Amino acid sequence: MATRTASRRVKGETLHDGFLRHRGFRWLKICTVFSLVAIVAYCLVDVTPRHNGGSWLGYVLGTIGALQILWLTALGLRKRAMTRGRWSLKAWTSAHVYIGLSLIVIATLHTGFQFGLNVHTLAYALMMVVIVSGMVGVGFYATLPSALSSNREEMTQPQMIDALRSIDRQLHDAAQPLDHHLAALVRGSLEQDPFGGGLMRRLSGHYPGCATRAAQAAIRRETAYKPKLGEDPIDKVDALLVRKEAILGRVRRHLKLKAMLEVWLYIHVPVTFALIAALSAHIVSVFFYW
Amino acid sequence: MAGRYRIAIVGSGPAGLSAAARAAALGISHVLLEKTDHLSDTIFKYQKGKHVMATPSQLVLRSDMAFEAGKRERILDVWRDQAAAGAIEVRYHAEVKAITGAAGDFTITTTKDDTILAETVVLAIGTQGNPNLVRCPVGEGAVVQYQLDDPGEYIDEHIVVLGTGDAGIENALGLAADPEQRNSVTIVNRSAEFATAKDANVKALLAAEAAGRLQVRRETTTAAIDKGMIRFDTRDGEVSMRCDRVIARMGSAPPRAFVENCAARFEDVEGKRARVAGTGVEFSSADRVSYPVLSPTFETTTPGIFVIGALAGYPLIKHCMNQGHDVVEFINGNTTLKPADEPILESRFRDLPGTRGVDEWLEFLRTRITVLEAMSPLQMREFMLDSEVRFYRRGAVVFERNAPGSSLFAIADGSVLVQVNPSDPSVTVPIACGSIFGEVGLISGRRRGATIRAAEDSILVEVSRQAALKLQSQVPAARAAITRISIERQLLQMFGSGLASEDLGEVLDSAEIIAVSAGKPVITEGEEGDDIFVIRSGSMVVEKQVGGKPVFLSYLPAGSYVGEMSLIAGGRRTATVKAAIKSEVIRLKGDAIRAVMAKKPALLEKVRRDMASRQDLNAFIEAKKDSFSGVVDLYSSVSNFLVEQGVGEATDVLLIDENLCVGCDNCEKACADSHDGLSRLDREAGRTYAHLHVPTSCRHCEHPHCMADCPPNAIHRGPDGEVFIDETCIGCGNCQRNCPYGVIRMDAVPPKKPGLLSWLFFGRGPGPGEPGKAWSYANAKPGVERPKKAIKCDMCSGIDGGPACVRACPTGAAIRVAPEDFLSVSRLERGEG
Repeated sequence: MATRTASRRVKGETLHDGFLRHRGFRWLKICTVFSLVAIVAYCLVDVTPRHNGGSWLGYVLGTIGALQILWLTALGLRKRAMTRGRWSLKAWTSAHVYIGLSLIVIATLHTGFQFGLNVHTLAYALMMVVIVSGMVGVGFYATLPSALSSNREEMTQPQMIDALRSIDRQLHDAAQPLDHHLAALVRGSLEQDPFGGGLMRRLSGHYPGCATRAAQAAIRRETAYKPKLGEDPIDKVDALLVRKEAILGRVRRHLKLKAMLEVWLYIHVPVTFALIAALSAHIVSVFFYW
Repeated sequence: MAGRYRIAIVGSGPAGLSAAARAAALGISHVLLEKTDHLSDTIFKYQKGKHVMATPSQLVLRSDMAFEAGKRERILDVWRDQAAAGAIEVRYHAEVKAITGAAGDFTITTTKDDTILAETVVLAIGTQGNPNLVRCPVGEGAVVQYQLDDPGEYIDEHIVVLGTGDAGIENALGLAADPEQRNSVTIVNRSAEFATAKDANVKALLAAEAAGRLQVRRETTTAAIDKGMIRFDTRDGEVSMRCDRVIARMGSAPPRAFVENCAARFEDVEGKRARVAGTGVEFSSADRVSYPVLSPTFETTTPGIFVIGALAGYPLIKHCMNQGHDVVEFINGNTTLKPADEPILESRFRDLPGTRGVDEWLEFLRTRITVLEAMSPLQMREFMLDSEVRFYRRGAVVFERNAPGSSLFAIADGSVLVQVNPSDPSVTVPIACGSIFGEVGLISGRRRGATIRAAEDSILVEVSRQAALKLQSQVPAARAAITRISIERQLLQMFGSGLASEDLGEVLDSAEIIAVSAGKPVITEGEEGDDIFVIRSGSMVVEKQVGGKPVFLSYLPAGSYVGEMSLIAGGRRTATVKAAIKSEVIRLKGDAIRAVMAKKPALLEKVRRDMASRQDLNAFIEAKKDSFSGVVDLYSSVSNFLVEQGVGEATDVLLIDENLCVGCDNCEKACADSHDGLSRLDREAGRTYAHLHVPTSCRHCEHPHCMADCPPNAIHRGPDGEVFIDETCIGCGNCQRNCPYGVIRMDAVPPKKPGLLSWLFFGRGPGPGEPGKAWSYANAKPGVERPKKAIKCDMCSGIDGGPACVRACPTGAAIRVAPEDFLSVSRLERGEG
């Protein structure tokens, strides 16, 4: 290539890998080896009468598992504390995912496959809920961002809302000359909260009672058989309603995707706290009955 | 009018007002002429409640008027009261049309045809003055006006408003406000964005457009205006439309013609009144931004006419007020008065060896340094305010190779050594006393190309980029000298190979500097030619036609050269090289270079080596030609998109991979929490292509647009190449308007938040990220005024660990790259395309 006179810092050799591929799957490798070691140890160590959480191996696995859980919880702090220093939240997330997955192996081996209706199994069950919700989250993180990006087409969320408002204002003005029953339809579209209806609506992205769609359909029925004269205010309202529906669709998809990217956290995080409570009870009770 | 005033002061801004106050205090007969009905119109027109700053803080205020940082209203009230109390004679509604006569006997004519007699005239009219005029041809009978007093007086007209600054938008909205007037209003914008107007105005304009109340023409310039008709150049060709009236609101330029014509003699040239050369007030150069030539007492080339304030090149209020005070003292015969900047200059020279006074030092520097020779004492003072002078012991490092820096160094005493070979510090080239160095950084904005040490005890002047640019515009000889030296050095540094400056004589004589606008080619694939092009500033992209489509080969920053392949191997050009942004190239004649190569085989060898790597790339492209498919297409289009987004002039840019971005906005929160609670990036805004998103965040341009017009000179390039704004910002908003990427915001620092844990456990405070306006308002300390200042990304300089946005991205979507790391087809080889 043509010459550069000043060579610059070499940067960006690992410019571009996501949290799952971080540093050539470093944490996946570490955690796989670690889990394999645990499995091999489980197979080789002879515990009589059978494997359980109270053997020395059980204690070792239990201690490791408990420390892992605490460390995994610390991601919430790390994410929010913008301290100085050479740390990367991407590396933390990567480790969080793979260490969290390895917990399935560690904790299951710790139980020695003894389950019952007690606080110990409750802690295990809560942990599995957290891990499964986390796996769902990773799945969403891996698949949804590009859809989110394609859907918004360089518009920001405030811009979408502004666009909606602007159409609403124009609808309000344009609907003034309409007949009463038609104006009522438009008013319905203006007055309805187009994103209300709760979590399931938002996650599904389906709004069966959408007043805008109803108004648009009704007005289209009015205009369908009328000759286009160009000056009829109803044509303008029709066009505005079509535009509003399009932008509504976009915002709803946007909100749906954003909600999906977040909704799993509403299980993941609270259950984590329940898990820590159950885990504390589990540890205390174990030592109490020792 | 009876009576002659000793001093007539034109303009009642800070400078004029201070001058009048001084004259009143000294009991000198004076008159202050103001064209409006109130004092200090420029500050009067500031928005309501604007915080006016008092910088530079180290400058002592020397004026009979009081001034300290505060709200616009308070400052205006104080001045009005003091003007009344000080018995200043003000004449309102007196807009000066012409000044004739000579020292001791000037006649000032106002637009109302009143005349005022005065012995001396002080011009303190600032630079806001005259509106920029329409530049296209205007036909007979066409109505073009530069002001709109009452939008209500036009009915049933087709009106075109030129310019989409605040003034233009407000006019257009005013004209279209009432449908009963039945005006058809069109507003014309040169670009696609509305960068120079306030957000609220832009929103109102777009809403009015959507509602069909007016038309907005984007990417349109005016080609011609005729009676009843206007013709536009648009992106899609020429368009004509009906037009009864044109209102041009395209900013204003310093009122140069008026000043030049003061006390000038006129003659008839081909029926037109023309100024006789050498009369009137002379300006330092033909440059649009140049200032009048002034003596140390602010006297122009016409005796008896003085110029102070922004028109003299001092835009800051404190400077203006001090000059107002000083100029009246000078006129009154006080010759021993030292300028108020004396203490600052004294501190500049304090650490130097030898005992010289400020004036002696200035004279020493001026006579020793070649490029400064043509400067006046006043220019030297101003120049030194923006520059540093330092003493270096023998062997001390002036700057290191690859250090960022855009300042120019001049050697006032001693000499320096350039380490031309990075791997062997013993190979050096001397630069002698009186010469300059560091000009490559000044011109290209790139990092330093070599380490420089003092060869003996030396005194060096470090000229800031700002001062160096001013120097070049004021002193044409300095510009020519710097240009020639810079070309010579750039060639020597680029080619190395034991070349000396005498070898290059012929090459330099044949060299010419060509300005290339963005997108224009300097070399076209397939054409004949053997010239070499050196990129002096800006950057270029190299493209090759493969299968009828241009493939993006590579990105060349300033300091590279192209065209050597045809020169050495012969044949036609093998690729197209075109400017990514507005650039300058040095064209070197092939014959001249060939002659040097014949004399210096080492040079030929070096160029051959450089060429080999390019041939490899060409071979790679040729080999992949058939399998070139979606991957390369995508790569080419992504690269082109990035160049369009200004990445070509960036030195470091934040990109977001939207295949990974989950929209958590942790980058923005981290940014806010790392910098006083204000985020300097807007993740969601900005352009996206193929899931590669360029968020609204500083690109740290090679030639930052924001630096162009900063009154307190508060924008600098820091040690890691970051462009940052220091605490002397006065909140004027110039940088925000000048930034083409909209990355600078004006905001006040919010109050401090409670800590993270007390938010996490007790819910105190607003949590991580930028606090909401409501919270900031509710928790503001009463009585403490927090002025709005310009804030922008500083690449987290001084923060251990680097940019917070990248560190805080949980998925690895946010990355920071320098364009040359990113824009190369060779990445395809590694499968990273």
